[in-house]
Amino acid sequence: MIKKEVNHWAVQIEDLVKNFGAFTAVDRVSLQVKKGEIFGFLGPNGAGKSTTIRMLCGILAPTSGRGLVGGFDIYRETEKIKQNIGYMSQKFSLYEDLTVEENIDFYSGIYCLPREIRTDRKEWALRMAGLQERRTSLTNTLAGGWKQRLALGCAILHEPSILFLDEPTSGVDPLSRRRFWTLIYEMAGRGITIFVTTHYMDEAEYCDRLALIYRGKIIALGTPAELKKEYMPEAVWELETEYLVESLSLLKEQVGAIHESPLREVAVFGNTLHLVAPKGADLGTSLPSLLAGKGIPIRRLEQIDPSLEDVFVSLVEEKDRERL
Amino acid sequence: MSFGPVTAVDRLNLSVEKGEIFGLVGPDGSGKTTIMRLFSGILRPTSGEAWVLGHAITQEAEPLKDKIGYMAQRFALYGDLTVMENIHFYADLYSVSKKERIPRIERLLAFSNLTPFQDRLAQNLSGGMKQKLGLTCALVHTPEILFLDEPTNGVDPVSRRDFWRILYDLLREGVTIFVSTAYLDEAERCHRIGLMHQGRLLSLGSPREVKSWMKGDLWEVRCEKRMKAVAMLKNLSGVKGAGIFGDKIHVLLEDGDRAKKEMERTLKESGFEILSLRKIPPTLEDVFIATIPGQKE
Repeated sequence: MIKKEVNHWAVQIEDLVKNFGAFTAVDRVSLQVKKGEIFGFLGPNGAGKSTTIRMLCGILAPTSGRGLVGGFDIYRETEKIKQNIGYMSQKFSLYEDLTVEENIDFYSGIYCLPREIRTDRKEWALRMAGLQERRTSLTNTLAGGWKQRLALGCAILHEPSILFLDEPTSGVDPLSRRRFWTLIYEMAGRGITIFVTTHYMDEAEYCDRLALIYRGKIIALGTPAELKKEYMPEAVWELETEYLVESLSLLKEQVGAIHESPLREVAVFGNTLHLVAPKGADLGTSLPSLLAGKGIPIRRLEQIDPSLEDVFVSLVEEKDRERL
Repeated sequence: MSFGPVTAVDRLNLSVEKGEIFGLVGPDGSGKTTIMRLFSGILRPTSGEAWVLGHAITQEAEPLKDKIGYMAQRFALYGDLTVMENIHFYADLYSVSKKERIPRIERLLAFSNLTPFQDRLAQNLSGGMKQKLGLTCALVHTPEILFLDEPTNGVDPVSRRDFWRILYDLLREGVTIFVSTAYLDEAERCHRIGLMHQGRLLSLGSPREVKSWMKGDLWEVRCEKRMKAVAMLKNLSGVKGAGIFGDKIHVLLEDGDRAKKEMERTLKESGFEILSLRKIPPTLEDVFIATIPGQKE
């Protein structure tokens, strides 16, 4: 039961549902996010992430279920929610034909910041985004990483207590992504709650806790370490070989083969192959001889701790198998 | 290649072997898309010449078009046409004969697992499925070489794996693939890569070679309060770079034992408990961070 007076939660939702006609986009989702936590919300495209975020931000009315954001009810107190949260989407809502400063001024107006603090907040946002020297540049001349930091600055001008970030680093290069996450950490350090969606599994590792949503349902919830330990139904083996393409096609034939083969999945992972097999199956003896028989020498084959990507893909594919 | 005063691609020299998968890696604005457009005959170079499948791009762009497939970052799919109609549209564009296209399309759909969705409107496809449709359209005229400009941008891990599986299948059929990407784990999957920065090629070779050229020793540290530990390590003498990698820290140290001992001592003295410490081979992301100068974008 959600109690309003308990205040160490930034977000509490219970049995949240959103139907679009006959389609259930969000199916009885329950979760809680602590104040000051970085909470990662993962899932394939179309799993229900953005719909959930839009309900939490008070933009979209749920079909049923209950929820509080910053202590405010997601049905009745949407205006109060909007004043207390910041929202940034993958399609930055910046005006391309305005300058950096003009975009910040525009958002100060939208958030009705008192005149006397606007200059201070603007300077703070420019400094945070590292854009002091580009304040008069047109936004459409900025590189992706800069635009993204400007959008972040605009989303937090009104000092929200909760920040919703919907794929904020999509299409941004690795250096800019790192710099962005340093900022996220700084904000969390100052007590701001971060609710973020991402497709980058290395970024998911930076979160305090994660929820994995698929076909509208939460299928895993916990810290990155817990997800890797408790939710991985199978064992992961890493194979290193000079003959990646050849091994891949050979091993793919083994997956789902009629004869007994423990292999469930083969995928290229960086410059190695990741093989998924039931726990306890010993690939270490059977595979090297199979590959050697085809003239493929291997450099290394060992069982490894699964990566978050392994867990993610495994859970999603397990759910797909259940549907068949 | 210059645009007004901006030199987007600066005296580039590279060659790609037939049947290989070549990856172009670099930050935003480093010239990757411009190179894609030059090679596929969409842009004319300011100076210099390139040959694609033996055709000079400045003189023989037309015959080249039939032999290459190009998938731009925002690939033009018609949202109000179905999957099948989009493919036929591209087949018409490339004048693929009716007789040829039927078996070809059937195979491509099976290849990309889009057969059950052939009557769905393109606008109702998920991000990953749109990318696969884009790829199918770029392949409908059986090109010998495929140019893919950041094809998996914003695509989830499951769809990304699927997409790369298709690329490897194409490779086995002898198609040459030239791909740009911002995902460094994808760059690791290429036969050879070029690392771009501000229009220049900084490094060129197999992922293994490129990694072997990185100077210094790389150490992986597991400890609590990673952010604080990194901030401290960055200012330590003997440390060339430090950054968070997932749930660990990667520290690039000057060669030799002294820097490592100094790092261990400082971490302990500052109250960071070292949960594990080991020397590791660099990933391409380590190389990328160490190679790209400063934080200029």
